[in-house]
Amino acid sequence: MPSDAQPPLIELRDITRVYGIGEAEVHALDGVTLRIETGEFVAIMGPSGSGKSTALNVLGCLDRPTSGAYNFHGTDVANLNRDQRALLRRNYLGFVFQGYNLLPRMSAMQNVELPLIYKGMSRSDRVERARVALEKVGLAGRANHDPSELSGGQQQRVAIARALAGDPQVVLADEPTGNLDTKLSIEIMELLQKLNRDEGLTIIMVTHEREMAEYARRLIWMVDGKVESDRLTVKGAA
Amino acid sequence: MLWETFKLAFQAILRNPMRSFLTVLGVVIGVAAVIAMVTIGNGSTAQVTADVETFGANRLMLSPGQGRMGPGSGSGSVQPFAQSDVDKIVDQLSSIEIAVPTSTSQLVAVYGNENYQTSVTGTNSGYFVVAEWTLSAGRSFTDSDETGKAVCILGATVVEELFGNADPLGEDIRLENISCEVIGVLEAKGASTFGTDQDDLVLIPFKTYARRIAGSTDVSMISLSMRDGVSTDRAVNDVTMLMREIRRIDPGEEDDFTVNTMEQLSSMLTGISDVLTGLLSAVAAVSLLVGGIGIMNIMLVSVTERTREIGIRMAVGAQASQVLLQFLVEAIVLSVLGGAIGIALGMGFAAVGAILLDIPFIPDPGIIALAFAFSAAVGIVFGYFPARAAARLDPIEALRH
Repeated sequence: MPSDAQPPLIELRDITRVYGIGEAEVHALDGVTLRIETGEFVAIMGPSGSGKSTALNVLGCLDRPTSGAYNFHGTDVANLNRDQRALLRRNYLGFVFQGYNLLPRMSAMQNVELPLIYKGMSRSDRVERARVALEKVGLAGRANHDPSELSGGQQQRVAIARALAGDPQVVLADEPTGNLDTKLSIEIMELLQKLNRDEGLTIIMVTHEREMAEYARRLIWMVDGKVESDRLTVKGAA
Repeated sequence: MLWETFKLAFQAILRNPMRSFLTVLGVVIGVAAVIAMVTIGNGSTAQVTADVETFGANRLMLSPGQGRMGPGSGSGSVQPFAQSDVDKIVDQLSSIEIAVPTSTSQLVAVYGNENYQTSVTGTNSGYFVVAEWTLSAGRSFTDSDETGKAVCILGATVVEELFGNADPLGEDIRLENISCEVIGVLEAKGASTFGTDQDDLVLIPFKTYARRIAGSTDVSMISLSMRDGVSTDRAVNDVTMLMREIRRIDPGEEDDFTVNTMEQLSSMLTGISDVLTGLLSAVAAVSLLVGGIGIMNIMLVSVTERTREIGIRMAVGAQASQVLLQFLVEAIVLSVLGGAIGIALGMGFAAVGAILLDIPFIPDPGIIALAFAFSAAVGIVFGYFPARAAARLDPIEALRH
């Protein structure tokens, strides 16, 4: 743990997220407090409805907490407006989704370039960055293929390359192996593990598969919108 | 970034070319209609101006009765003019250079086995000056002819109908029961603005007409030529005052004659074409409106279809304004493409129309620029609502789509 003088990468204090009003009120997050440091690989697990996806959305600044404090690098980001959150996502965050969420009819390269376009990067810079990112996920040879020409595992690698291209501080992965068979799931997890270990990439991943969570170094277990346990995994303890 | 946005818009449009084309069809039709109408309108206005010049730009026409060129003409009895009126106008009005009587009947002209119905006008040599009309062959009426000789000058159409390619000069033709010698042929003028053939006529001296054809010395119309440098208003005023005096019209009573100027004629004709252009432009405006709604509709569909794409873009950092711009640019590119197709089609229609109507083809760069601006405006106005709908999507909802 770094000293208190240096603020943690992510610090949530008593975060709540309430949907609906009155009788229909649902507390998806009910007072979540946690710290995540740079370089961690965190898995969030829990039964469905435990609030793990909502937690990831709040962490990823796709959603806004109803109350509580969210400090990112020591800056309060809980009350940013839509456009400010978009800028934060653009500059500091990368996303990997269960369903890959690649744009159809665009090549792997173009998909990886997408966040860089919004960063206002020149075409030549974008191509170079995207090429490097595709190399990291082992898909340099597939740069010009459309998503429809790639297997599920390859598509998810393209999505990971897209998340990496913008040089983010955190990659948020929402069930990244949910659509893949065990063999491909292991490949993806090994890739994420390698990126965390070799590149120092901070990864926060939501999953419901225990085997996948074991690739992370820290496991947060959520129940009913609360953090029930927060411990190191076998790998993290090793 | 903007370049990327345009590229993206073209990609989205070309992804579904048939749908894109049908979407902009309304704009295409609206713009094509405006361009075709305005271009043809310009051509016919130019044609009217040219026609009025062939008719005699300095010419006034004095006819009995009121409002002969408007509705209700020909009602009641009209008092014709006399040769003495013609003489008085020339003698007393300094603003008028020439005045000639004209009276016209529809008669059959016969030469050999050929006969042809045409209009026979009694007038005299001043007519050629007033109407700015020259002879292509032969000579005009002499003073001696104008004492009542049986001579005639033929329009080009009559020559062709009766003589074909043969030389008519010196031949005798029969008009009703008189036989007259052809002494001249008029230069061809072509069709008038009203579509009547100006060359379909026979001119004979007024006295010959009065004695041998009409049987009366009544003058049905007087053609006048203003002196150079005299304003039309002054000439009309002079003629009106004199005629009221001659015809003993009390002050406060209405004129029982009409002075028509070429300006009136041309403004009436251009007025008709302006009204038509206005009406068709209104139709075109409705078409553009419908076209705009078509674009709005398909853009709304497109936003719904691409909800997930919007979510992905937002997740990787697109701001609401960037999503808005993307869809707005797409709508504008669509409608401007439609406008461009419409302009090309409209010009094509106008070119064909100009040939069919025998009028000059005069493209108007101003209206083309306006059509472009208008189609862009349609894209902005009708693209804004769907684009805003896209920009307002919640990224989490959109990704779940």
